[in-house]
Amino acid sequence: MDNLIIAGKPYSSRLLVGTGKYKDFDETRRAVEASGAQIVTVAIRRTNIGQTAGEPSLLDALPPSQYTYLPNTAGCYSADDAIRTLRLARELLDGHDLVKLEVLGDPKTLYPNMVETLKAAEVLVKDGFKVMVYTSDDPIIAKQLEEIGCVAVMPLASLIGSGMGILNPWNLQIIIDNAKVPVIVDAGVGTASDAAIAMELGCDGVLMNTAIAGAQNPVLMASAMKKAVEAGREAFLAGRMPKKLYSASPSSPTTGMIGK
Amino acid sequence: MQLTVNGTSHSFEHSPSLAQLLETLSLTGKRVAVERNGEIVPRSRFAETLLADGDQLEIVVAVGGG
Repeated sequence: MDNLIIAGKPYSSRLLVGTGKYKDFDETRRAVEASGAQIVTVAIRRTNIGQTAGEPSLLDALPPSQYTYLPNTAGCYSADDAIRTLRLARELLDGHDLVKLEVLGDPKTLYPNMVETLKAAEVLVKDGFKVMVYTSDDPIIAKQLEEIGCVAVMPLASLIGSGMGILNPWNLQIIIDNAKVPVIVDAGVGTASDAAIAMELGCDGVLMNTAIAGAQNPVLMASAMKKAVEAGREAFLAGRMPKKLYSASPSSPTTGMIGK
Repeated sequence: MQLTVNGTSHSFEHSPSLAQLLETLSLTGKRVAVERNGEIVPRSRFAETLLADGDQLEIVVAVGGG
């Protein structure tokens, strides 16, 4: 079985999905089901004081018994805020310690602040968290995050929510070649071919939210992404043919032609 | 006494326990996590945690996010 193994735990799906930007929890649930994802990211936010009792919650739509929750630190701009958020998440989810760390550096581009990310990663790993970390596609930083003890490194393919696809496959390739922990492309995937390209490069998985939630038909796109990730993975494992500008070797026999 | 809950000030005549505060806010039985003055309060200690004037509380839930 070709499983994705994160912190010693196997997952048969290599697609990880976010749960934001859907029109309602029903759409969230249907899209996540269609994606086949087993790991879903969630955000941690202040309760809406005064909300009507009995209002549905995300945990009702996606029961934590069926999915591995990956609480994130989206919106945090300092190591301290990220650490506080994940300690609250651990309490909220009954000691669950698999988390997604991201520390942003700029509200316009949502580019990560790697100095703060490194600081937070050190503290969280020492505190017993299993940290999957969002990172720029700098191979040196990615390696440092692994050396700190992060259980997965998750470089951007392009900026969060941009849908621009894989902009620097060369850096991703270096990160993949150097890594001993899973490399998961996080951010930038826009459509199915982007996910397939990431997997063909040798990424261990892909994490996405907007590419599915922002599609005209999110549930159908979730299904497309599932297939793209599987296809890309199989193509990677199969080993592609070498690229040549042209070939003097046609696929049909050169002998037995009529009229000769 | 005054408490700041999720950035908003709330007045109370008597010092409530954390469990009583959550009841007032209709959050009893909801899956929430609470930070009091920067420290996590485990759910098992909600009832015994007496709040004091000036306490800063953050009460959070899981929401959709990427």
